[in-house]
Amino acid sequence: MSEKKKKTTIILFSGDYDKAMAAYIIANGAAAYDHEVTIFHTFWGLNALRKEEQVPVKKGFLEKMFAKMMPRGADKMGLSRMNFAGVGPKLIKHVIKKHNAMPLPQLIEMAKEQEVKLVACQMTVDLLGLKQEELIDGIEFAGVAAYLADASEGNVNLFI
Amino acid sequence: MNVAKMVDAKGLSCPMPLVKTKKAIDELTSGQVLEVQTTDKGAKNDLAAWAKVSGHKLVDMKEENGVLTFWIEKA
Repeated sequence: MSEKKKKTTIILFSGDYDKAMAAYIIANGAAAYDHEVTIFHTFWGLNALRKEEQVPVKKGFLEKMFAKMMPRGADKMGLSRMNFAGVGPKLIKHVIKKHNAMPLPQLIEMAKEQEVKLVACQMTVDLLGLKQEELIDGIEFAGVAAYLADASEGNVNLFI
Repeated sequence: MNVAKMVDAKGLSCPMPLVKTKKAIDELTSGQVLEVQTTDKGAKNDLAAWAKVSGHKLVDMKEENGVLTFWIEKA
């Protein structure tokens, strides 16, 4: 196949486990279609890229508060509905296991394996007081221009 | 049918049957046939659509005791 690859771009704005799961399932599917796939993580969606462990970085008071209040990594994210103060995600993970579906952290791993480009929006990384060291390896940092460059040639373009 | 490779995706849910199929077909050469077994009911439409759009040929499909088997010839 010599023709130019099709492109799928997804903006992951949401920090909800279920919505992020949908985004990553579509991304993995698009990669199987041989698309060049990019997921732009912005605002709460950035939490999907956080490392689970605490990384020692210098931060101001506000940034520390943000870091404490936001989920540390994909596995800690809550549900958009029926979160029930954290019981909901436990239930969902139980049924995911029961149905042999892929939990979010594995979907992210699979996406990386399939060479899905994971991008963190630099402006919101700064706004939320996150540092590059706190985010998982192998991601890129970019802004609206990089996103538009990909999306304007995109065949599938989603905002989640 | 001369099957060059087999993918066992039984018990796996979307998007795994598709992802595994795609990985396996990448390892084949044009004209070789891939056999995929899955229990995901959505795969019936999924793999047929994927094969069509990707240019591969869905040679045959059967359903037996809840197991869907596909034979896909690489383009």
